[in-house]
Amino acid sequence: MTYAIEAEGLVKRFGATTALAGVDLAAPTGRVLGLLGPNGAGKTTAVRVLATLIRPDSGVARVSGFDVVRQAHEVRQLVALTGQYAALDEGLTGVQNLILVGRLLGLSRRDAKARAAALLARFGLSDAGGRRAKTYSGGMRRRLDLAVSLVGRPSVLYLDEPTTGLDPHSRNELWSIVRGLVADGATVLLTTQYMDEADQLADDIVVVDRGTVIATGTPDELKTRTGGQTLEIRPADPARIEDAADIVAALAGVRPVAEGGRLSAPVSDPALPAAVLRRLDDAAITVTELALRLPSLDDVFLSLTGHRAEEQGEPVAETVAGRA
Amino acid sequence: MASVAVPAGHRLAPWRAVQHCFTLAWRNLVQLKSNPGELAGFIIQPLVFIVLFVYVFGGAIAGTSGSYLQYVLPGLIAQSGVFSIMATGAGLNQDITNGVFDRLRSLPIARSAPLVGRTMGELVRFAASLVILLAFGMVIGFRVHTNPLEVAAGLLLVLAFGVGLAWVSMLIGLLARSATTVQLFSGVLMFPITFGSNVMVQTSTMPGWLQAWANVNPVSYLSTAVRGLLTGTPLGSSVWWSLGWSVLLTAVFAPLAIAAYRRKV
Ligand SMILES: Nc1ncnc2c1ncn2[C@@H]1O[C@H](COP(=O)(O)OP(=O)(O)OP(=O)(O)O)[C@@H](O)[C@H]1O
Ligand SMILES: [Mg+2]
Repeated sequence: MTYAIEAEGLVKRFGATTALAGVDLAAPTGRVLGLLGPNGAGKTTAVRVLATLIRPDSGVARVSGFDVVRQAHEVRQLVALTGQYAALDEGLTGVQNLILVGRLLGLSRRDAKARAAALLARFGLSDAGGRRAKTYSGGMRRRLDLAVSLVGRPSVLYLDEPTTGLDPHSRNELWSIVRGLVADGATVLLTTQYMDEADQLADDIVVVDRGTVIATGTPDELKTRTGGQTLEIRPADPARIEDAADIVAALAGVRPVAEGGRLSAPVSDPALPAAVLRRLDDAAITVTELALRLPSLDDVFLSLTGHRAEEQGEPVAETVAGRA
Repeated sequence: MASVAVPAGHRLAPWRAVQHCFTLAWRNLVQLKSNPGELAGFIIQPLVFIVLFVYVFGGAIAGTSGSYLQYVLPGLIAQSGVFSIMATGAGLNQDITNGVFDRLRSLPIARSAPLVGRTMGELVRFAASLVILLAFGMVIGFRVHTNPLEVAAGLLLVLAFGVGLAWVSMLIGLLARSATTVQLFSGVLMFPITFGSNVMVQTSTMPGWLQAWANVNPVSYLSTAVRGLLTGTPLGSSVWWSLGWSVLLTAVFAPLAIAAYRRKV
């Protein structure tokens, strides 16, 4: 396997703060590496090192074999960065922002224009292309920012919390764009605080906390490592939820948690779901939902760091459970 | 293990670097063009200055507004650089805070292009504003008493001084924490060097301490030089002093600004 991004022992200090305390990571070519961590974990710092914007105090990082410090120019020819905050020239229109970067990358005036038009169309911004970026909504800005990153057809793309502040629809759109890029062969390093985002997009995950890597693996590996599956049951008749809870409690040995008309209980015995279903049937309790799910990445994060990932105003665990 | 073909040669050809500067200068100018408010301000501000000084104060200062116009317009041309060029640093600072600077730095372009390109753009804007000032002055009655070569020399002298100021401004822009700080700091610098000069009035009318400052103020030399090159008044050594100041500003502040820039790059 070749690695588009490799980093070993990255250390970066800002005064008394150690933003990176020896981070190792590797992103296989053509895949999505999710960099997960709470606020201040060092995600942005890692991305900035890999994008040649800051030099590490120690450690090495290579992009497609080029050293980010000694061969920064080569690295810059391969990578593009969509930062945590949209980096647009507010005084220019959407088209002009794209043309500016196209021209700087050596496209002819005409090619830069054509590329701009194509990208605007792809990001649903054709109508707004002639307006100054200042007038764009937050979601439009993020999309334009991503479009600008793609002008040079980068083979390695860094996305620093690309969907923060996007509505669910725009998030889904962005996810499918990322999948499209990966299908075209790009390698993506994605930082996020959204567990479901990492779950949806990332082939591999690196979890960082306080500048150190605390876990790596595929989403499934991480979930399995945390162990413990959860059984979820939703009785058709909400009135019978207590009866159902009694049955689960009797079989599982612990009282299930009731939340929103649904019961969930940890499973240690693989035979438990079948047994529960049988007893429910005997008691004439019909269920509309019965699922056995792996822990969500949120659970993983909790068990690894001892604290939850940042509050997101959205029940991520439920989204994951819904798909289980 | 590199699986991606990289364009050959990691050193930029010099002409590519020049192209990057031009593209970034274009960016500065197109910003102005696509921003009607700023464009209007850009054109109207010098006109407001002329109208204010010539018609409001002119009679009181020089007896008639016509004779005052003859005196003050070259001065306004000389000092306009202080106002217009001092915005360079604010723009640079804004780029740094809103991430555009990082975006540019993540591109495979000449390291110096963001700095040089911006300055080039600002100088083009500045040159345009000088022409507007002179043209409007002539419309309302300013008379040039010298040959076109001398006029051109006067304007070039102002541009050269503008280059020196641009370095000062960029240094402020690179060091300041926010664009507001830049504006505040530039403002504090601007007033003594514009008003404490012979731009608006003869320094002989000022109290001794102010006169002492105004007589050594580079803007005074510059305005004397421009006045002489446009209206034929005595030049003395003002041209050399102006050139000297321009060179000095560049010699001192260019290395400082470049060092501050390197620290960021
Ligand atoms: N330029 C800087 N100067 C000083 N401290 C910094 C700087 N950049 C980052 N830090 C510090 O380094 C640590 C890691 O910051 P970083 O931005 O990498 O975190 P993050 O994981 O991206 O967080 P978030 O999820 O909030 O974006 C933080 O404690 C931060 O305060
Ligand atoms: Mg961050």
